[in-house]
Amino acid sequence: MFDNLQLLFVWAPIINVQVILDGIFVGAVFALCAYGLALVWGVMNIKNLAQGDFVIMGGYLALVLHSWNLPLPVILIIVTIIMFVYGWSIYALIIRRIVDKDMFVSLLATFGLSLLMQQAMNLYFGPEVQTIDMKLPVIDAFDNMVTIPYSKIISLALAGIITAAVVIFMKKSRTGQAIRATAQDARAARVLGIDTDRVYAFTFAFNSALCGAAGVLVSVIWVIQPFYGITYSVRTFAIVTAAGLGNLPGVISAAFGIGLFEKYTGMIVGTAYEVAAPVMILLLVLIIRQIHMKRNRQVVR
Amino acid sequence: MFKNFKIITAMAFAVVAAGFSSSANAGVQGDTITLGSALSLTGKYATNGLHTQRGYDFAVDRINSTGGVMVGGKSYKLTVKYYDDESTPARGAQLAERLIQQDGVEFMLGPYSSGMTKAIAPVSEKFGVPMIEAEGASRSLFTQGYKYLFAVLSTTDLYLPGALNFAADQKKSIGKPASDARVAMAFEGDPFSMDIRAGLVEMIKDYGMKLVIDDQLPADLSDMSTTLTKVKALKPDILIISGHSKGAATAARQIDEMKINVPIIAMTHCEAAKVHEKFPNAATGFLCPTQWVPGIDKKDAMFGSAADWNADFKAAHPSYSSVPYQSAQASAAVYVWKEAFEAANSFDKKAVRDAIAGVEMQTFYGDVKFGPDGNNVAKPMFLRQIGSDGSYNLVSSFSDLAYPRNVSY
Amino acid sequence: MMRRSTFITYAGLGLFGILGPILFPAYTLSIAYLWMMVLMASTWDILGGQMGYNSLGNITFFGVGMYVSAIIQISIFYEPGVGEYTSAMGAIKPEFTDQQYYWGIFLGIFGGAIAALALSLIFSTFMFGLRGPYFAIGSLGLAIAAAEITVTINYVGGASGISMPMFPGDIEFRSVFFYILCFTLAVLSHFVIRGMLSTQFGLAINAIRDDEDKAEAMGLPTLIYKQIGWAVTAVFMGAIGAVAGNMAGFIDKEVAYPVPTFGIFMVAMVLLGGKGTLWGPVLGAIIFHIVKETTWTYLLGWQWVTLGLILIINIVYFQQGIMGWLQSKYPEMFGIVVDQSNINQEKKES
Repeated sequence: MFDNLQLLFVWAPIINVQVILDGIFVGAVFALCAYGLALVWGVMNIKNLAQGDFVIMGGYLALVLHSWNLPLPVILIIVTIIMFVYGWSIYALIIRRIVDKDMFVSLLATFGLSLLMQQAMNLYFGPEVQTIDMKLPVIDAFDNMVTIPYSKIISLALAGIITAAVVIFMKKSRTGQAIRATAQDARAARVLGIDTDRVYAFTFAFNSALCGAAGVLVSVIWVIQPFYGITYSVRTFAIVTAAGLGNLPGVISAAFGIGLFEKYTGMIVGTAYEVAAPVMILLLVLIIRQIHMKRNRQVVR
Repeated sequence: MFKNFKIITAMAFAVVAAGFSSSANAGVQGDTITLGSALSLTGKYATNGLHTQRGYDFAVDRINSTGGVMVGGKSYKLTVKYYDDESTPARGAQLAERLIQQDGVEFMLGPYSSGMTKAIAPVSEKFGVPMIEAEGASRSLFTQGYKYLFAVLSTTDLYLPGALNFAADQKKSIGKPASDARVAMAFEGDPFSMDIRAGLVEMIKDYGMKLVIDDQLPADLSDMSTTLTKVKALKPDILIISGHSKGAATAARQIDEMKINVPIIAMTHCEAAKVHEKFPNAATGFLCPTQWVPGIDKKDAMFGSAADWNADFKAAHPSYSSVPYQSAQASAAVYVWKEAFEAANSFDKKAVRDAIAGVEMQTFYGDVKFGPDGNNVAKPMFLRQIGSDGSYNLVSSFSDLAYPRNVSY
Repeated sequence: MMRRSTFITYAGLGLFGILGPILFPAYTLSIAYLWMMVLMASTWDILGGQMGYNSLGNITFFGVGMYVSAIIQISIFYEPGVGEYTSAMGAIKPEFTDQQYYWGIFLGIFGGAIAALALSLIFSTFMFGLRGPYFAIGSLGLAIAAAEITVTINYVGGASGISMPMFPGDIEFRSVFFYILCFTLAVLSHFVIRGMLSTQFGLAINAIRDDEDKAEAMGLPTLIYKQIGWAVTAVFMGAIGAVAGNMAGFIDKEVAYPVPTFGIFMVAMVLLGGKGTLWGPVLGAIIFHIVKETTWTYLLGWQWVTLGLILIINIVYFQQGIMGWLQSKYPEMFGIVVDQSNINQEKKES
């Protein structure tokens, strides 16, 4: 471990740049799904364990579209639309019936959904690891110590555009306002004439679309495989738990924070702990929050 | 009353379930010999599980269509009963028990990966059911004293020493001692890779080389950038990566992205992960250990030469541009079963087991002769280097090696 | 004493338990796994159904019990200890006499249970300030963290795993031996839970489930009850983990911490059978196990899809579970008295 620390800070401090960049790329992509999860959780009180599988599904759709030689922005738009429709249908079939029930039921139902999706993708696409190779150039800086593939820059840009679009949508549009109203007080929203069922459906579909978009980026930057879903779900839950349900900026900073933490943990403590890192943050955040709440004799709800 | 209902329902279920599966196909029924196999058809080993299954099925078809297995003057057909072990050792052990106890299987084909084989071997050993496995290379499988486990493939200690030797040779060729070499290693956290690592660590100590990076990658990790960042900073002389197909694919991609320039890079599972296809530029110069090459000068009466098997297999499965050796060794395992049955001329498990132990044959896959521990002592591993045109070129000594790795990003 | 119907149930299941391996010897280990599932479901229900604290991480105790038992079993009679054994990577094979093996396994089960107990007490200090979804996800985090960290500990084999000592004696006896262990632990857990629920403990944890703040306000020492509940769960999960490790013969992170499978199965089983009832988890476990085993055999390639579908259909359309449904249709069977007068009164008033 000390060797790694020395490496980072004494011998080759320039690699900090690479680690930070890698952390940011990870964070950017997952900020998207984390926001979707926070939305669904805050508005409908559904904890979607299948979040990671929506991401993977988006990735596979992107793979198929890429094989038809469509350019990336077009792929992104089409996948978003398909995933939106998919999310709406899942809502209609499954989620609608569990919205008012025991919180725990949502976890299990979405787990069942996760199983189904994983296996369906496995049966259809095969269990091999796949990726989209955009064959874009790579920038290298600082004497090849830091490399930034164009594909990652593009995804960062796309993630930023999507996030901006989401923010504007939520703030300005009628549907966005309806969603926020329903999140604050569903009954009051209903009284005021908002069709909460449609709002729920929209929110869930929206989440699905966000995950799909993230999935496209994941398949371009990394690799996808039908069974990777659970890792992404855990990461997303970690981000949302750390950030709390309310705010988008919170989610984004939490996402970046966790991404950076992951990469630095991998670098300093060892790559063996890289997957455990977001989980550890999750536990740490929960513990700290408890201690905080205990001072006021409260609990973390 | 209702409580009774519940008990009755429970028992009824049990009886029904028992009834359903009580059609225990004994090891040999009619003119069919059933080989049992718990294989990874889903889960993290599913890719190679599929390669293995295809290899098994290909051999079974070929043997059946050329007269089957002759025992006691009668011709028998082979068939394989598969269960999906979901790449989980506990499940694999459970399924092995089910194959043997409920389905009455008496002859087994191995699962994919050392971890799965480690879980299943004790089961088949306990029941005295001979198992010929083709995908569990871990040396530690053969130090347990199993009498009923046989492997046609070479063990992990033979995979990568060649690459380390090249690093040593390279240093010597420029007048430096071998201990000057700096080694970077990244291994996935699974029994197979860990075994390979153990052997290499010993070699490194013997040579006195410096191990500058020794990373263990979590099994669900799809991002090696941390390790590769360190590689760029520390500039080792040789980089060794082992992690099944997923590890190879991830590594190739990120080596490409991060423009890694280590002069020798060795990696397992290149063919299975199709790195020469997916990342042709980055894969240039990779040293890939392989259990088998289609060009070897080996042949047998069932499949022809290595090239013949390769061509026929490709014809049956056109999606492969380069057939992974996992399929070749799977076919070889089935072939050894045929030989053993015919040599023993019986279906008694012990007799067949002894026959397997005495097998000495040349196959398209290579020579097969089992040592006292059950591993194949007659077959070497091959090291191949990927050329810039995507071809795999055999390297037997340092002079064959294209050094340094001739890649331009 | 016991109601007649209860007695019949016990007699029936007891007979099945004892005669099962005799009537269906090929299925002995399968039925042993059934009892394991019954234990997992029943213990999960203490916290989940009766107390309202849905834990997704009980499987942590299972894994810890398994590993601790492995350490005990190997180091007790093998001088150099576990460290040597694991770093040799299979080159060493310690030989144990029959006596040593049996002592080892019993001590291992005991030690595994105690270790899990200790761990649950440690977890209790920082987990019970979380409610609802946070507790669930936090416990899931515990399980995943435990799995990832265990993989890095080379003392217990790290990523290579540990091979367990081989069972002395022939295979039929081995199956029966483990069957007896699983059955005994399952029965023990059932009666302990039954005993606990019939005392004030049962009332207290139900109070916690129904409204924890009020319970606290009334002076109930809720933390102590939660700790006891989780401790009991941990003891049994640790013990059965130790047994499972020996049944599997080879332990690694996947065997010890099967979070996406058994970790969730225990919840699904309870939900299927009916949360918060004594028999619900048992019934759920039996049905789930049977369905799982049959789909694995006959729907190879589609088994997970089927399981996922069953899970979804059960949760979406049939939430009270079987026992819950039975209880609402035939409350008299269960000794629940429905006060008709109140209902009639309400009907009149509305």
